Parts: sequence; structure tokens; C-alpha cells
Amino acid sequence: MHPFFRTMRHRATVVITALALLAVASLVLSGMIGSVPVPLSDMPGALVELAKGDAHSMAATLLDLRLSRALVAFVTGAALALAGVMMQALLRNPLADPYVLGISAGASVGALGALMFMWAMWAVDAAAFGGAVAVSMMLYLFARRDLRGAAAAEGGSSLLLLTGVILSSACMAMVTLMLSIAPESRLRSMIFWMIGDLAGAPLRALPWMVLALAMLFALKSARALNVLALHAEAAVTLGIRVGALRKGLFFCSGLLTASAVSSAGSIGFVGLIVPHACRFACGPDHRLLIPAATLGGGAFLVLADTLARTALAPQQLPVGVVTALIGAPVFLYQLHRLRK
Amino acid sequence: MIETRQLQLKAGARLLLDGLNWRVARGESWCIIGRNGAGKSTLMRTLAGLRDPDAGSVNIGGRALREWPLADLARERAFLAQSRSDAFAYRAIETVLAARHPYHVNRYWEGSDDHRIAHAALASMEVADLADRDVRTLSGGERQRVAIAAMLAQDTPLLLLDEPANALDLAHQSSVMRLLVRLCREQGKTVVMIGHDLNLAHQASTHALLMMGDGQWQAGPVAEVMQAPTLSRYLGHPIEVVIHGERRIFIPSEDIA
Repeated sequence: MHPFFRTMRHRATVVITALALLAVASLVLSGMIGSVPVPLSDMPGALVELAKGDAHSMAATLLDLRLSRALVAFVTGAALALAGVMMQALLRNPLADPYVLGISAGASVGALGALMFMWAMWAVDAAAFGGAVAVSMMLYLFARRDLRGAAAAEGGSSLLLLTGVILSSACMAMVTLMLSIAPESRLRSMIFWMIGDLAGAPLRALPWMVLALAMLFALKSARALNVLALHAEAAVTLGIRVGALRKGLFFCSGLLTASAVSSAGSIGFVGLIVPHACRFACGPDHRLLIPAATLGGGAFLVLADTLARTALAPQQLPVGVVTALIGAPVFLYQLHRLRK
Repeated sequence: MIETRQLQLKAGARLLLDGLNWRVARGESWCIIGRNGAGKSTLMRTLAGLRDPDAGSVNIGGRALREWPLADLARERAFLAQSRSDAFAYRAIETVLAARHPYHVNRYWEGSDDHRIAHAALASMEVADLADRDVRTLSGGERQRVAIAAMLAQDTPLLLLDEPANALDLAHQSSVMRLLVRLCREQGKTVVMIGHDLNLAHQASTHALLMMGDGQWQAGPVAEVMQAPTLSRYLGHPIEVVIHGERRIFIPSEDIA
């Protein structure tokens, strides 16, 4: 009777199922590929060994290493893509990405400072997280009025955006300062951190918890996000608590970005092109966009990281190089198609 | 339906409106008239709850605006903003469906009744054929009609419209006004709108509120308020009234060329 109504739910189910399968496939693929390939037939046995907790066969050991790295890639990619969707809705600008407000630049200052003083790995992560949180809090203090939606009548959010851009460039200046005075021996690790690298990134529970929490918030407010994206401040007249929603978006996207960059460095392009590609393929409706971008972002980063560690083997590339190399042309292609 | 008491509005230090005691009853259709910058949109945004009054209060349905839960209020009054900026490629039908938000806070997808209402709203604005178009590709007038359709789909007793005739061609200006008049007469809805076309306003409204932009205002039935001397004073331009058959035509009485 109402074909549109049927197809919308139907399409959502199909798209999300397909992306979930793609995500699983990307994880399996990343377990198989490497300097020593693990054939698909050895997978089930190796997984059982891993589940029991004693990995003594070759396949299980390899799988343990690769799968934990792939899982870090997945949670990082998913977090960045979700943060991108949220940031774009918050700023009502499809060109925003999780880094536009300088949260990752803050993380860079923390991480590079820690790397320069040769702190332990966990301390680098903690310093990155601390830097991200510090910038977020400064943003919140400066742009509180804007977040509430009281300051700007129409077109809003420029105060927040400008504050973010300025904080970001201040942080980048500090990063450049540190890079220019750092001892030669530390430079390589500092630059790899800036590009974004998953080698040696530990698999932790915290990013998954952050992702789950943010996902819950995003799905709960998916419909309100559509109204906000359409009407900005005037969403109030449709019963949306705009101030609370924007604050929620700000905190969730900030937390996601902080957790993603503190485990893997500032990997670029995922937060921009994955939401874009999903919007291009399945429309701007956040009810479908949020799960699609999250799954898509995770799968994309797993595949990109698999490519990064195999393309020039035995040399390992930082995954940020791969995402940027894939991301830039894909983005240009999309833009070109849109303009036609 | 809507009532203001001692309402005062300011833009920065400038006083726009002072001591507005105003009552809009159910089924009435009001037009707000005044020059550019007189504070018409500011008043409309205050009535819609997008902005706090600088003094005084606004009541809707006998309840102060700030005491209304937002979701309940969204089922009571709809607001058409003066302009829209579309950042994302939503389809026209999706923008109309989004206006059904206040009716199902706990559902993820809309129901088939929402789709029926949304399609009916688009049809009543003669834009049913644009349902699947990206709103960013619509013309100004088409976008305006889709926005009015969304407002109709919100299905509220009180409609606040900031320049509904904006960007509409002549035929659609009168069809939108006819529709608003019919909603007031047949369904007892209440309309408050801003308009610059005096002839349109005179035909479509039962009452008018004139704003001077320096605090002064005058409100009353159209026949009483929309007189040549009053309008000339409030609009800062001499206006003549010509009787044409049963209609009163308002014309600016200075030649341009």
C-alpha cells in the first residue's frame, strides 16, 4: 500500500546485514593474509584454541596476533566513522570530520610530548587521551553558548567551529615546535603517531565500551538527529531538546575521537569519507546512516590495515598513509559524481 | 489560543515592541504587518519559543510557554521559519515525515499512518510529484511549499508562519492562503502569519497586528485596523484603498518612475 514505507525498513535491514557480513569477512580476511598465510580451513580449529586460551599451533598464534590487531582496527574505524557522522550532524556540515574541532590535535600534543620524553607506551596513550580531553573541555567552555543553541539564531555553530579551528592550529603549532626540538631518535615514532599506526596498538576493552555507549546514544537520538539536521535551532518547535542533543553529540563524538586517536594515532579520512560514502549510497537518514557508517568504518579500517601490513611486506606502512591514499581519490570521485 | 501579557522585545538596545497585550482566539487568522526590521520575525520566534521575551509572557492554551513540555508543545503549534538552509540531501518526503516526530517519541520508524498523512500534506501543496526529489534541487517556491506541507503534517491547532507566501508564484500564493482560511474555518485552527502583501493579508486574515518597530503596536479586526491612514503610518509610505466590487485593494500611492 505504501511502497516507500515498506522499502525503507526493508532497505535498512538489507544494508545493515550486508555491512555486518562485510565486517566479519574483513576480519576473516585479515586473519588469513600475511607473510605466512593461514588457510580458511585452519580457521575454525585455531579459533577454538584461542577461545580455550591456549594457542600452541602455528595458525592459532598467527591468528591471535592478527585478529587482535584487526579488532583494534575495527573499533578504531567504527569510532572514527561514528564520530564523523555525529560531528557532521552537530555542525550541520557534511564536510566536517572528527578532527575539525582540534580534538585530535590536542591528543597529538599529549602523545608527542610523551614520546619525546620516552615515556612508556601506556603513558603515551594516556597523554594522548588527556590532550584530547583538555581540548574538548576548552572547546566546551568557550563555545557553551553556541552548543546550547542560544547564541546563534540561524545557521549557528560557527562559534564552535571557529573556536575549534583556532584551538586546532594552536595545538599544531605546539606539535611543530616539539618536532623541531625533538632528538633525532624519537622523530620516527612521533611522525608515525601523527600519521596513525596500528602496529603494536593494544586491544583494550575501553574503546569498545565507548563505542557501545556512543552507539546507544546515537541510535536513541537518530530520529531527533534527522530533525536537527533539517531544522537546526527550529528543531525545538518539533519537540527536540536542541541544547541537550547538541551537548550529547559533542561529548560522544569527542569521547569517540579521543579513544580512537589515543590507541592508534590520528588516522585521517575515515571519519570524513566513510560517512560520506554511506550517505551517498543509502541517503542521509540517520536511522540507517549511523549503523551503516559504524560497520562500514570498522570494515574499511580493517581492510586498509591489512593492506598496510602486506603491501610492502616485510616493511609495514602506517595505516594512515593507506587511508589517505585510498580516501583522497574516492572522495574526489564522489564529489565529482555529485556535481554532475 | 495564544496570549501575550506586557510583552517586550528588544534587538540589542533597540526597543522593538513594548507592552503588547494581545489575545488570539481559536479559529482566528492574524496577519502581522510592519516594515523591515520592525521585529515581526522576532515576535514570531518568541511566540514559537525559539527566543525568550525581554519582559512579559506568552501563553499558549492558557499555559505559560516555558511550562509546556517541548514534545506536548510540538503537538500544539507548528512553526514555519522564514528561510531554510539544507545541508544534507534529504528527500522531500523525508522532510515531511520528520515533522511527524512529535507523535512517536518511542518508535524508530514511522508507521503507515504517518506516510499517509505526509503524502496527503504534499498533495495538498501540489508537490506530491516532488516527493522523492532531493530538497536541495528544488526551486525556492517548491521548497517553500514542501516546508508548508511539513508544517501541515505536524497537524497542530496553532500555525505560526513567517512569510508563508515567500518565493511563491501568484497562483500558489492564493492557493496557500485559501488553504489556511479553510483550515481556520472548517477545522478551527488558528493562524498567525507575517506577510508583506496587504491585499493577500486582507483577504486571508480576520485580524491584523501592526508593528511600528519602536515599541508601538495596534491590533484588531482587519476592517478596523487596515485603514489607509493607519497603514500609511505603520508602513512609512502613503497607501490608498480602492474599492473594487466587493474587494478592497491596497495600492501604494506614489509612482516609482
